[in-house]
Amino acid sequence: MMQAVLAVTAVIFSLAAAGAIIRIARGPSLLDRVLASDVLLGILGGALCVDMAVNRHLNNLMLVVGISVIGFIGSVTVARFVADRREQPNEP
Amino acid sequence: MSPNFLSVDGWIDVVSAIFMVVGASMSLGAAIGLLRFPDLLSRMHAATKPQVLGLFLLLASIGLQMRSWWVWPVLLVAWIFQLLTAPVSAHMVGRAGYRTKHLHRELLTSDDLEAVVQKAAGQTAAIQEAAVQEAAEKAAREDGFGDGSGR
Repeated sequence: MMQAVLAVTAVIFSLAAAGAIIRIARGPSLLDRVLASDVLLGILGGALCVDMAVNRHLNNLMLVVGISVIGFIGSVTVARFVADRREQPNEP
Repeated sequence: MSPNFLSVDGWIDVVSAIFMVVGASMSLGAAIGLLRFPDLLSRMHAATKPQVLGLFLLLASIGLQMRSWWVWPVLLVAWIFQLLTAPVSAHMVGRAGYRTKHLHRELLTSDDLEAVVQKAAGQTAAIQEAAVQEAAEKAAREDGFGDGSGR
């Protein structure tokens, strides 16, 4: 049963990562891209968690915590230093 | 292959499998929200879903699968760290999005930040006006005491 769960979650995570990557590519603003890359990091951490749960080891736990630290620092840094350089203020 | 429904281990496997599938679906929900929502502030709400509830469900499934008690405090520390950092980063991104005007104002039901921004803008304008007035008075004084050539 665990192998079936692994396959189902792999498909779900792949679709979610594809959606986040599409938003990174198309996102109208820099902040949309930062948000989508944060979601992509969350998806990566979730995939590592599923791998640990199915194969019953804890090798990647520090990697999951490190990924969340990187996502937090990256989002806050970009949001702190972002500036508006557009001509017209409204999104198309 | 098929779980034994009479044993405790079989039930724990079923529960952790449900947790894993639902936790993965949170990521899918966040991706769908990122693709379908119209502006940054509504996408921000969808983006914190896999980081809080999804990660909680996945860490709980790890804890259920490991079958030992000592892993639960470690998983709790990892989840609480994510629970503390996700709202902060979402707040910073939303604040920067408001300041750079990446939002659709017609979609807001109430704008609590508008009054604060207006008040701060009014104070800034008053300070600038006072500075300009003071500079003008100083220039007038110097003109009165000086020779009026204006250097």
